[in-house]
Amino acid sequence: MKISVQVNEGPYQHQASDSAYNFVKAALEKGHEIFRVFFYHDGVNNGTRLATPPQDDRNVQQRWSDLSKEHELDLVICVAAAQRRGIVDDGEAERNGKDATNIMDGFRISGLGQLIEAGVQSDRLVVFGD
Amino acid sequence: MLHIVNKSPFEKDSFTSCMAHAAESSTVLLIEDGVYAALKGSSVEDQLSRAKVVALQSDVAARGIEGNLVDGIDLIDYPDFVDLVANGDGVQSWV
Repeated sequence: MKISVQVNEGPYQHQASDSAYNFVKAALEKGHEIFRVFFYHDGVNNGTRLATPPQDDRNVQQRWSDLSKEHELDLVICVAAAQRRGIVDDGEAERNGKDATNIMDGFRISGLGQLIEAGVQSDRLVVFGD
Repeated sequence: MLHIVNKSPFEKDSFTSCMAHAAESSTVLLIEDGVYAALKGSSVEDQLSRAKVVALQSDVAARGIEGNLVDGIDLIDYPDFVDLVANGDGVQSWV
C-alpha cells in the first residue's frame, strides 16, 4: 500500500517526530511504499544538518537522513515554513540572499502542492504532531 | 475508520472530540500523551466504551501506566499500528 506521512512538530519538541519515524520504519519493514514524508510547520526543523544532540541521545535529523538513503525516501520540507524558520538549501540561499545553507542530506524544499499530491497519490495519509 | 489521538485528555479536548464523533465501529488509537485517556478512574473513563480503543504499548510503558489502564484496552506495537492504517478504510489524526 502507498502511504504518506505528514510531520507537524519539530524534533525534541514532544514526540511526533519519533512516532512518525517509528511508523515509517515499521511500514517499510512490512513492505509498504512510503510515497512521501512532508514536513510542515515546526516539522521543518527535522531537516537541519547543523544540530548536535548529546552523543547518548538519538539524532532525529540524522536518523531521517539515514532512513531516506536506505529506502530512497522523498523527504519534503514546506518552503514557506522553512523560510520562516531558517531552513535553507542552495536555491533558497540564492533566492533570499542568505550566506549559508543548513539543509540535511536527503531532504528537499518544495511547496504545499507536494502535500496535496501526496494525499491524492497515496492510499493513506497519516498526520503526526500538534 | 482509524482515529489517532496523541494528546492527553487533561491537556486538550481532542480525545473528547474524537470520541464524540467516532462511529461505534471505528478504532481509536491512543499514542504519545494520548495514552493517558486509558487511565482507570479518570474523568474521561466513561467515554472509552463508545468505540474500540487501543493504545501504543511503547508509549504506555514509557509513562509507567501499564498497571493502571481500564480493562479491555488492547496494547499494540508499531507493526500493528501500520496494519490498522492499512486495513481500515481511512485514518484521521485528532491533532
